[in-house]
Order: sequence, then structure tokens, then C-alpha cells
Amino acid sequence: MQHESEIRTPLILGNKSYHQISEDIARPIEGKSTKLWYILLTISAILFLWGIACLSYTIGVGIGVWGSNNGVAWAWDITNFVWWIGIGHAGTLISAVLLLFRQKWRMGINRSAEAMTIFAVMCAAIFVTLHTGRPWLDYWLFPLPNQFGSLWINFNSPLVWDVFAVSTYFSVSLVFWYTGLIPDFAMIRDRAVKPTFKKIYSILSFGWGGGARHWSRFEEVSLVLAGLSTPLVFSVHSIVSMDFATSVVPGWHTTIFPPYFVAGAIFSGFAMVLTLLLIMRKVYRLENYITIKHVEYMNIVIIVTGSIVGVAYLTELFISWYSGVEYEQYAFLNRATGPYWWAYAAMMTCNVISPQLFWFKKLRTSLTFTFIMSIIVNIGMWFERFVIIVPTLCRTYLPSSWNMYHPTFVDIGIFSGTIGMFFTFFLLFTRYFPVIAQAELKSIMKSSGQEHKDKRAH
Amino acid sequence: MSKIAIHAIYDDEEPLMETAKELRTKGIKVKEVFSPFPIHGIDALIGVPRTRIAICAFIYGITGMSLGTLMMWYMNIHDWPTDIGGKPSFAYYMNVPAFIPITFECTVFCAAHGMVITHFLRSWLIPGAKAKNPDPRTTDDKFLMIVETNEQDKNSIETLLKNGGATEISFK
Repeated sequence: MQHESEIRTPLILGNKSYHQISEDIARPIEGKSTKLWYILLTISAILFLWGIACLSYTIGVGIGVWGSNNGVAWAWDITNFVWWIGIGHAGTLISAVLLLFRQKWRMGINRSAEAMTIFAVMCAAIFVTLHTGRPWLDYWLFPLPNQFGSLWINFNSPLVWDVFAVSTYFSVSLVFWYTGLIPDFAMIRDRAVKPTFKKIYSILSFGWGGGARHWSRFEEVSLVLAGLSTPLVFSVHSIVSMDFATSVVPGWHTTIFPPYFVAGAIFSGFAMVLTLLLIMRKVYRLENYITIKHVEYMNIVIIVTGSIVGVAYLTELFISWYSGVEYEQYAFLNRATGPYWWAYAAMMTCNVISPQLFWFKKLRTSLTFTFIMSIIVNIGMWFERFVIIVPTLCRTYLPSSWNMYHPTFVDIGIFSGTIGMFFTFFLLFTRYFPVIAQAELKSIMKSSGQEHKDKRAH
Repeated sequence: MSKIAIHAIYDDEEPLMETAKELRTKGIKVKEVFSPFPIHGIDALIGVPRTRIAICAFIYGITGMSLGTLMMWYMNIHDWPTDIGGKPSFAYYMNVPAFIPITFECTVFCAAHGMVITHFLRSWLIPGAKAKNPDPRTTDDKFLMIVETNEQDKNSIETLLKNGGATEISFK
């Protein structure tokens, strides 16, 4: 058995046995839903329905109902797409990168983080499919023969890379998540009493038994999927950034974009994980598994990625001045002092200054502060994408095409609809799926459980 | 002679490991171990060979890479080369930098899905499959070891398992 240093903070608190872990993870699934859950689900579902209404309106009438116009052709659609995709990245980072680094604290949070990834990518997909204008022709994005209406797709284009990257990312994340879920579904199945309940979980668990051969394959599959997902997650947001970086628009045409976007994605994704987990651990009484130490680790990731993002903002400013290209210089001057200066200021405050407060241990171990910060960071990261897109497009080369962008109720409706959809799915997930990878957690109970650590210390 | 399967249940993984070690020194083969989580080091003790699924993944990845390359060469270079924005598509080697992202995505796509499908089929994990663990408690907190033996060795193995810490023993 693996031994762990005594001074390392335990990852499972309290006096837990293997059975107790099963009980704690199965409780939300087997018990009755709380009133709070119903209230949250109703709010989310109403938002979701309103989003569907706005979405249908867009499909019926066309994207003229959005605030986007001739100059600002990309606006909230792409802002929201990049924001959601970015949020998804933390899930893969937690489950894949931390698995490769053998970080055990991943085990308390990876399941819900991966679920978040999947739902976030679904939200992102809504915007890319809609922003084409005629979503019923979206199959043109795929490499189909010319008879289907278009020429072969252009593989030199980053927009096509995006189609491949996002769909690969979504499908690989989905199977990674589901492969991990199978042993936990089997646990729920084996303790189920009601026949229909047992039937459902027996279908979901694919007949898992937990034999040594199966575990050995399971572990190998997890490891290789983690190895594949790690470069995949970096490629996805790099490619998303190349949608901008390969253009000739001043302010977009920069080589710093791929690393800067990836860092930003992880930054906002961890913030979203924290928003979700801080509520979930409270509602489902999982404080023993998602501990303050877990929150602190995630806050440390937020400081690191937040600082990378901050350095990237400053580098961009410096390089635009140093380039000596007046269009490039103007693009950045316009971002900071132009008509959308407030968005730039919001981005700088939320993303650069506020995460630095986490250097104080008191603040990064405070749950209330972390919760507020996690929302601030996501607001900041939304503004980052907005600042990159809208202020740049509203002041292009020709002053005659300069104009402002104002979101319409449809823009706001679809965006809030995706937030509703995200929370609807997440709430359903927490109610019916094992929210913590209990099989993995049991394997570290002896090395990182509080009770066992205390016993060894005495 | 008819074979008898001894099902021994343990409350913890360590006594099971110890017993498995003892059985191995005696040359008695353990048929299968069911556990709620992967027990590290059990594979070598009960003679489970290292899985070759990663090799499959590699082969699927190479396949995906080749298919992606072939697709892009055929569509953009061979069948209908277009000159977009003054960037013509004359030869594969000229376009290859722009083709790298999709080549990579195709590699990952095929490697990941191929490996997962292989895992599901090889372990026969499909929706509706019957639960493979003989005792439902093994996904919760019990560890089950199955030893296959015959009538004459039955009792000696039983005592060995009992002494090793098995809490329940049954014959199937």
C-alpha cells in the first residue's frame, strides 16, 4: 500500500469506511429531492425554455434579430461560444492532467468537473451552430461530397479545424466521463431495492462487475484517455484562438493567442467548478470529500492561470506599442479608452487584480470569499472575450463602417437560456448520477483518509 | 472430477492480498478477484497478464492519422484543389502545416473511441449486460476471491482461506 506523508492534509475527512463512502455518494440518488433542488431546477428550466424560445425565433426569422450588424458581425454569439468552451476546459484538466500528475485531490472533484465540461461544450455548440445563420445547412461544415451543396470544406481554415476540434473534444470527454461512471453506477445498482430503479442502473452500469481483469483494463483506458485528452484540451482552445489569430484584423492577429486562451480557459473553468462545487458540497453534505483543502488547491490554480492571463494582457499592450504599427496600436488604445472602455476595465479588474487576493491564505481558504471570486472571475472572463471581439470590430480600418453594438433581447435570451440549460443538466446530474468517483476515492482512503492518517501517526 | 469454485469474501484488501500470495507459493490458481476499486499489485499475484489495450489504442491512433491525412489529401489536393485567398493547394507537402490540427484531431478521435469500444467489447460492458459480480456487495465494501479446485483439495484450501482472514466462504 502507498504511504503518504503525515503532514499532508487528509483528502477524506471524518471516520469513513468503504461502506460509509458508498452510503454518502448514494444518498442524493436514493433519497428524496430537497425543496431547494426543485426551486433551482424550476428557475433553470424556465430560463432554459426562454432560451429555446429565443433560439426558435432566431431560426425562424434569421440572425437579423440579434444585435450583430455589418461592422460587428461577431458579437455575443462567439463571445458566449468561447466562454463556454473555456469553462469546459477545467473538467478535462482536472480529470486528465491531474491524473497524469497523480494528484489525488482530483478524485473528489473530477466527476462533477467532467460533467460540467460536457454541459458547457453543449452550450457552446448551440452558439456555433446558430451563428452560421442557416443552421439547417450546418452539415456543410462536415467533409461531405460536392453534391450536398457546397465544395469540399477547406481544411486550411481554422474554422474547419474548430469543427473537428470541438466535436472530437466533446465526444472524447463524453466517453472518458462515462467510462469512469460505470463502476459507480454498478455500486448504485447493487444496493438498489426498487426493481425499476435497479433496472435503470443496471442498464447504465453496462453489467460492470469489478473483476481484476476489468479493473486492469479500466485503469489502462483511463490512463491512455488522460494522455490523449491532455494535448486535446490544449489543442481545442488553441484552435479556437486561431479563429482570431489567423485573421488580419488588428488586435486579433497575434501569436500570443493560443497560450493566452488556454490559460484563460483553465482560469474560468476552475472558477466555474468552484461555483458549482461549493453549492453541491453544501446541499448534498459532501464536505468530507470536497474539503477546504480541495478548494484551496483550486484557488492556487486560479492564481497561477490568472497571473498568466494578466501577463498576457500586459504583453499584448506592450507588443502593440513596440510593433510600431499604428493600426495595432490603435486597436489596443481603443480597447482601453474607446467606447467600450468599461468592458476593458471590468476585464482587467476581475481577471488581473482580483485573483491576486488569493495570495492570502485566509482568503483562499474562505468559502464565501471563494464563491464570490468564482463568479467575479467568470464575469471577467466573459468580458475578456467580449473585449476581444466587439470593441475590435466596432473600430475597423474604415471609419465609415464604425458602429456600436447593442445586444437585443434575443441575444440576452439565448445566453441566459444556455445558463439555464447548463444548470438544468447539472442539477439533474447531481440528482441521478454518482457525483463523486467513489471507486477511486475508496482506493485512496487508506493513504489519504483522515482516520487512517491519524492512526498511523499514533 | 467435477470442479468446485470456492468463493471467499474478505472485508479488506490487505488480507486478500496476503492470501493470494500464499496461494501462489502453493501453486494454487486464483480464478478471479472482484473488488470495489482497483487493488494495485493484485494482477501479478493472481496471474492477470498486463492488458494490451494501450497497444490497440496506438494502432487505432495510427489508423486515424492515416485516414485524416488521406481525407485531406483527397479532398483538398487531389479531387478539387481550390485557390483561396491566394493560397493555392498544389501539393500535400505545401499544405501540411495547415493540415496538422485536423490530423491530430483524427488521431485522438480514433485512438480514444477505438480503445473505449475495444474495452467495452473485450470486457463485455454493454447496456443490458448481466452484472458480472457474483455477490452484489463487491461493488460496495467486500472483496471476493474465487479459487477453483476439486473435491480432495477443497478442505485444505478452505482452511487456508479462513486463516487468511476470509469472513465468508461458500462453494459453487
